[in-house]
Amino acid sequence: MWYLCVFFHRLLDYRRPEVESLAQLFASFEDPQNGDVPSQLQWKLPPHYHADSPFHFVNLPSEQLARKIANRSILVKGMYELWGEGGSYEELKESVLSYPDERKLSYLDSDSTFKITVDSFGKVISLEEQKELIHGLSYIPFKGRVKLKNPDHNFWLIEVDNYGGNNGLPPIVQKRIFFGREVGVADRKLIPTYQLKSRNYLGPTAMDAEMAFLMANQALATSGTLIYDPFVGTGSILVAAAHFGAMTMGADIDIRVVRDGRGPDRNVWSNFKQYGLPMPLGLLRADNNLPPWRPMLKEVFDAIICDPPYGVRAGGRKSGGRKLLKGAVQPYTVPDDKRTDHIPSTAPYSLVECVHDLLDLAAKMLVMGGRLVFFYPVLREEDFKETHFPEHPCFKLISSSEQILSSRYSRVLLTMVKTGPYTEEIAEAARIKHIEFKENHLKWLEDGNLHSAVFSPADAQLTEAGDSKFTKDPKPKYRGKYV
Amino acid sequence: MRLLTHNMLSSNIKGVVNGFPLRIEAEKVVEKTVEMNGEFLKKMFEKIDWKAFVDASWAMGYTELPEEADSSMLDSDEFLNRFHHALLELHLEEGALVCPETGRRFPVNKGIPNMLLHEDEV
Ligand SMILES: C[S@@+](CC[C@H](N)C(=O)[O-])C[C@H]1O[C@@H](n2cnc3c(N)ncnc32)[C@H](O)[C@@H]1O
Repeated sequence: MWYLCVFFHRLLDYRRPEVESLAQLFASFEDPQNGDVPSQLQWKLPPHYHADSPFHFVNLPSEQLARKIANRSILVKGMYELWGEGGSYEELKESVLSYPDERKLSYLDSDSTFKITVDSFGKVISLEEQKELIHGLSYIPFKGRVKLKNPDHNFWLIEVDNYGGNNGLPPIVQKRIFFGREVGVADRKLIPTYQLKSRNYLGPTAMDAEMAFLMANQALATSGTLIYDPFVGTGSILVAAAHFGAMTMGADIDIRVVRDGRGPDRNVWSNFKQYGLPMPLGLLRADNNLPPWRPMLKEVFDAIICDPPYGVRAGGRKSGGRKLLKGAVQPYTVPDDKRTDHIPSTAPYSLVECVHDLLDLAAKMLVMGGRLVFFYPVLREEDFKETHFPEHPCFKLISSSEQILSSRYSRVLLTMVKTGPYTEEIAEAARIKHIEFKENHLKWLEDGNLHSAVFSPADAQLTEAGDSKFTKDPKPKYRGKYV
Repeated sequence: MRLLTHNMLSSNIKGVVNGFPLRIEAEKVVEKTVEMNGEFLKKMFEKIDWKAFVDASWAMGYTELPEEADSSMLDSDEFLNRFHHALLELHLEEGALVCPETGRRFPVNKGIPNMLLHEDEV
């Protein structure tokens, strides 16, 4: 059955992948009679609408699934059973009247309560006008009682007018009116509750709550799953996963961040306590370049979610001093009496190596079908269309969602699913590559740093700009903080 | 550090062949109640190295685990409770994890194992 899926008008690239992920997540709870949930959902757009508009139609096997998706989604405003639509109120009436009675009557009967809400997009409709529009629906035989708070059935009249793309977002080209029954809406308290502003322990690269929840949704976080963040920092991504019931684990190379925080009640643990969430099952200090997992251990994590250390602001470090890796100094031995308090020196960690290590770790440690969800930086150059994302024989890329940070840089949220086992050959190839990286440390560092400015603070400033001139075919993109 | 984490870790010092299991030196052990999730425990049971787990629980002062276990025991509530308690509720707050091959101590402070290697160990 087709549902009208109305999105929030933000993070455009992230919207359909989120719905598809949630459909997969809830598919296992579906009543088998309703049929399987395909891994790729069918989508449609209203006539002449651009895919970046908030109005989409999605084909889902059941209303229950549509409701669950809407309730959990971050970017779906609501899912509706469409009773009619048209370019004018006359067309709408015709369309609603021709919608089968057996789909309508049970929601209109005299025992039930209902409410009609008028919503608009691209224009403002005054209360007076709203009343008139509702009166205009008298051709629908509503028998129930009007109840404004928690009615049994919520109906929506949504008018979308053509307006210019003034806020940097694409214009809607044609007026359209939808009338439908609400199946499910988003939980709008979630993001304010978890906003970083009120977070107990914050770091400069903490993931904002909305993005962290999107990542947790891409990772299919749910009760009984174990989710790992190898670059845990202040834990902001795992907080979102824990909110959805996942068990969590995290590691970071920086002991001050992962162990000390800003005191006994301001640390990674307290970020979970603040929201009454279960604590991570484990936090440790470790270098993802040399992960300390025991060799025989495989396939334990259901998902790995992270924002890897790229670039200046949270540039990655790895074990081994810079000079040591360059070969400028002989390896030395840390004297015994200095060992306990010795702070090992670290060397810069290039993008390519960091991604290589992440994919290798994920290939080994994820269960089959498990997901790797992480950010990847890209330069928005001429050849942008041909961006190559990292590949790995164990993984299939299922979505890539771009968030433009400035005219030159973007970050892309990649979601990969593990489709092949971690074989001996793959492990051996990774081991050789690891040594190669070590031997050619400087060269890789130069190549790898190409992208490293992406997350520098200077660029973060640029994200405030809303320059709508910036368009690029075939897929126009709109600059702006949330797009 | 919970014993689940301990069971997953090894000493990855360059040249070390048998870095698992790390021997626990317990200075301070605390107990924290965790809600039980049977489904999760069953999944983890498959991944656990049982011998290392039992030894670790002894080092933490808990002696209620059977020497050997197989998945049929997961049907017993009593077993499940003990498994849950040892795996997730016992914490090494202060102490160290010792590499079985080299004797190198990985300190555990405020519940966080420090697995970072020194320059001459990578
Ligand atoms: C972009 S930040 C992630 C922040 C995190 N999402 C948060 O909520 O605070 C990257 C983190 O990776 C850590 N890091 C850098 N190099 C690392 C390495 N080789 N292994 C593990 N962690 C590393 C940094 O200390 C930093 O905390």
